[in-house]
Amino acid sequence: MKRFTDLYWRLDATSSTTEKVASLRDYFAAAPPGDAACALAVLSGARQLRIVSTGQLRAWAAEVAGLPDWMVEECYAHVGDLAETLALLLPEPEPRPDAADGADGEPGLAEVVRRTIHELRGADEARKREVVTDAWRRLAPRERIVWHKLLTGGLRVGVSRTLVARALAEVAGVEPAAMAHRLMGDAVADGAAFTRLLAPEPTAADSRRPYPFFLASGLERSAVDHVAEDLGAVDAWQAEWKWDGMRAQLVRRGADATVWSRGEELVNDAFPEIAAAGAALPPGTVLDGELLAVRDGRLLGFAALSKRAGRTRITRKLLEEIPCVFVAYDLLELAGDDLRGRPLADRRRLLEDLVPTPFDAVLGGGVAPAAAIFLSPVVAGGSWDELAARRGESRGRGVEGLMLKRRSSPYGVGRTRGDWWKWKIEPLEIDAVLLYAQAGHGRRAGLHSDYTLGLWHDGRLVTIAKAYSGLADAEIVEIDRIVRATTLEKHGPVRICRPSVVLQLAFEGVAASTRHKCGVAVRFPRIVRWRRDKEPADAGTLAELKAMIDAGG
Amino acid sequence: MRDLLEVTESGLYCERGDFHVDPWRRVPRAIITHAHADHARPGSDRYLCAASGKTVLRTRIGGGSPIDTLRHGESLSLNGVRVSLHPAGHLLGSAQVRIEHGGETWVVTGDYKLHDDPTCEPFEPVRCDVFVTESTFGLPVYRWREPAAIAADINAWWRANRDAGRTSVILAYALGKAQRIAAMVDPSIGPLVGHGAVMKIVEAYRASGVRLPPIDRVPPRARRVGDGRALVIAPPSVLGGSWLNVFGESSVAMASGWMTLRGVRRRRGFERGFAVSDHADFPGLLHAIDASGARRVLVTHGFSDSLARYLRETRGLDASVLPTHFTGETPPDAMGSDDDVPDDADTLEPRVADAAPAPPPDAASP
Repeated sequence: MKRFTDLYWRLDATSSTTEKVASLRDYFAAAPPGDAACALAVLSGARQLRIVSTGQLRAWAAEVAGLPDWMVEECYAHVGDLAETLALLLPEPEPRPDAADGADGEPGLAEVVRRTIHELRGADEARKREVVTDAWRRLAPRERIVWHKLLTGGLRVGVSRTLVARALAEVAGVEPAAMAHRLMGDAVADGAAFTRLLAPEPTAADSRRPYPFFLASGLERSAVDHVAEDLGAVDAWQAEWKWDGMRAQLVRRGADATVWSRGEELVNDAFPEIAAAGAALPPGTVLDGELLAVRDGRLLGFAALSKRAGRTRITRKLLEEIPCVFVAYDLLELAGDDLRGRPLADRRRLLEDLVPTPFDAVLGGGVAPAAAIFLSPVVAGGSWDELAARRGESRGRGVEGLMLKRRSSPYGVGRTRGDWWKWKIEPLEIDAVLLYAQAGHGRRAGLHSDYTLGLWHDGRLVTIAKAYSGLADAEIVEIDRIVRATTLEKHGPVRICRPSVVLQLAFEGVAASTRHKCGVAVRFPRIVRWRRDKEPADAGTLAELKAMIDAGG
Repeated sequence: MRDLLEVTESGLYCERGDFHVDPWRRVPRAIITHAHADHARPGSDRYLCAASGKTVLRTRIGGGSPIDTLRHGESLSLNGVRVSLHPAGHLLGSAQVRIEHGGETWVVTGDYKLHDDPTCEPFEPVRCDVFVTESTFGLPVYRWREPAAIAADINAWWRANRDAGRTSVILAYALGKAQRIAAMVDPSIGPLVGHGAVMKIVEAYRASGVRLPPIDRVPPRARRVGDGRALVIAPPSVLGGSWLNVFGESSVAMASGWMTLRGVRRRRGFERGFAVSDHADFPGLLHAIDASGARRVLVTHGFSDSLARYLRETRGLDASVLPTHFTGETPPDAMGSDDDVPDDADTLEPRVADAAPAPPPDAASP
């Protein structure tokens, strides 16, 4: 697995996409297909089984390194990455000849995965410990980090699927879009599948695959005058509600229909009614849209939808409690023809013919959802001001704002800026006081960048939300110093600080909550800025936050 | 009975001998362990340091106050308190201060390391009753590789850059680390170039008898230097400025013990990080503590809590945190290098968590 380890560190060492693609290309061109298939699964973030718990790893590493458990925890809190912490703590490996994969018993990635991840599945603790500690004796620290991550199922490499597709397209000599399409859907399970992936011509297995999703970007300036200035004439744009659901594609080809999440997982099992309704579409149809939970003409919100997603078995009770619909907003394929290159206006006309019932008819209880597929309505507006007014209705409607799509635009691949914009509603905001801080992970390892914030209530500060910092790196470093200097108590990795830092917190909504001690839950909290001009006494109150519930938050 | 050394507003103080060790305010008599800005501050009436460190200390604190010196191992009596200096291996002239009175011996280490360094005297274990140790890298994740192996890595990186016509820039603290790097690398690969702040100390080192390879200065108003072959040694403060422009295409690496951690390396955006430090790593700290034979250990400067607890639990020592001006953990981003001090030698800002009481939010901005 030396080759894969080298790839991992090459990717880690650069922030240039060109170099990342070059590293990936070099790896895929040289690695044996079996290893390459395995690497692809890892790079694509395929969910790996957690064979060994991190608790076991910590305990064994403490034993092997001869350190007390608390010291391992201290180190983890400082390093911010368990795989790396353990790799650094363990004794030096036994010297071994510098061998390439395959030579002198140096196993390749697939072999390592087979021997550890597969073989250890179901093994007893003693056997697991033996295999793990044996590997520690053999692996250098830089290899241990990668191997730990494979073992615990937490390998994040920081390359997007688009980059992987670009690299593979270069190796195969096909268009990046074609490769991105091939990479959708079923995982590349073995060397043979990897070899097929690189075939210069399309193969039969392509048929159930969804298209790569086209992603929208957030508008940088959201004031109506700026939107008008940045986007030009309003009639060049189609506006829709920005639904607060799960993006999905409904693919009706061959004998049945498949539902794909944006994470490219097949979610038929979680949404059986959608798959069933999809089967009634004419063959050779692909819809892009949003999965939403709706009952009695009312949107149930993202939390309810989450209860459905991720399940492999859906009970009848859950189907009745949380019924879901597919709200279509684009037509990517009709009668087997790829429409993605046609202008949105054309695709929309065809979509309206195919899915005539607008979702509006369901909302408000006008129509009982007999079918499960609806049309995402166009939000009418003859001017930017009119659209801005409609956008103002968003919170009341339970949507996140407007989507703006250029009528003349093709359906692109990935996040290509310029044609699809999110015009989200302005977040709610309140100034809150930093009460607890915890060290972050990855790039923020060792820096206290995860904050718990509080508001005033009866003369005390009560915690209301946790937020990862949205601050600039330099500010995080500065706050880290303040956290260290104002620490009152340490509870493991969490520091309780003397209140001194006031941060402006933004969030999408507020709801009453029995699960939270303060009685409210804020949705998607994040930090907007550091209010250096404010003292803790100037921060907001819980009453102010609660008032936002009534204000339609 | 009162301790021989106590922490006062001005720093570590020996009342019986009436002197301070590395004071952070002006005092009548300051014993200086080494010339880094967080240990050697100007303005005291009278200084005492190791003879080999005098030239360097003078460049840092300026003229005026007299500097007395002791050779390593030589002792002096201050009001009946016996004081001697012993090599700490941190940088040229760095010393541990041995203080003896009434049958009790204390050693204040200042900063120290046990790994080889051709530019300074090697660390020398000193037996004592009370050992006051730094703990900058006092967690077991910090374990240095042998200097020869690190040198080989730096050389390989330099050679690869040279072959690609790219200048190699290595960022290192101007006092100590920069000279050590110059002495570590293989000067046959290409020319060595030093930043002005580095060269000032290079001269002081040479004047003190340390052998260093030829190092070029950047001529004033130079437009192009090094021809893509040079290894440039500069303080981290050059980042973000235009100083590096004269070298054309370059690869920038950081030399610091903090580079052990991937997160720090990535956050700071360095292409390469070489984990080379002038502080003791965790095994080095333990080694020095054990070798001192001390029953009582006072831990300061770094991961004091963790190291003190570890010493109590694993060695049964009377170990505790010495709450100094600098108490608090040293975050890896607080400094340009692992020397825990600002890059500019003349700033006198105390480092890191210097704050009791802590600054109000607006006063905390630099």
